[in-house]
Amino acid sequence: MKFVKFLLVGVVFGITLTKAEIISWYRIYEMFRFQSFHMYGVIGSAVVLGVIVIWFAKKTSLKGMNGDFISMPAKEKVWVRYLVGGTLFGLGWALTGACPGPIYILIGNGFTIFLVVLLSAVIGTFTYGLVRDKLPH
Amino acid sequence: MGGVIASQFLQNPKPIQLNKSTVAELTDLGIEDAGKDYLPESLFSWDSFSTVKGFTMLVLGGFLVGFGTRYAGGCTSGHAISGLSNLQLPSLTAVVGFFIGGLLSVHFLLPLFV
Repeated sequence: MKFVKFLLVGVVFGITLTKAEIISWYRIYEMFRFQSFHMYGVIGSAVVLGVIVIWFAKKTSLKGMNGDFISMPAKEKVWVRYLVGGTLFGLGWALTGACPGPIYILIGNGFTIFLVVLLSAVIGTFTYGLVRDKLPH
Repeated sequence: MGGVIASQFLQNPKPIQLNKSTVAELTDLGIEDAGKDYLPESLFSWDSFSTVKGFTMLVLGGFLVGFGTRYAGGCTSGHAISGLSNLQLPSLTAVVGFFIGGLLSVHFLLPLFV
């Protein structure tokens, strides 16, 4: 029963991303062609709300449901992995029109072909694990 | 599960309201009825999977998403939303990377597969 809260958040996330058309390949294409405000509006409003919530959580030392303080680990102070990894991610994102969350949501929406994308994404993460030590970070 | 609920109970029969120039561009590329569904059937179906182009696009795209997410230490929600919300400069670097990749992809990679 401990996991019900995660399940609920996931379900809400899936419905929201479907209804906001974030799972649409067309919306991603449109975003990368700078032809619509849609995606920028969705991501932008999420960031504005996120900044406020995180600021509030830090300011008031807000505790989560498990009683611990809510904290977010700072990212490593390097840049190669973010720029190179981000670019590789962007190549795949524009091609499939799906980042990791939407891959699952699309399968839920009945686009079973995304099982292929999911499998190759898992192989991608596995491959990263194999070559990690040889890559610049 | 959210996807199942949305598609079963919360469907919107109207097409996605895309920018007209996007639709025109996609028609030129050979993608018809842009916005009718969440994605173009001609690229994302088991039929397209059985062609060399379709297979390569799906497998390569998925691989890049998985590999890139791990290498960059986060995806759209991890960097663009949570990272930027937490005012992390590395996340901004990652988002710049997402756009470099995305722009290269729509201009050079995608036309190879359509």
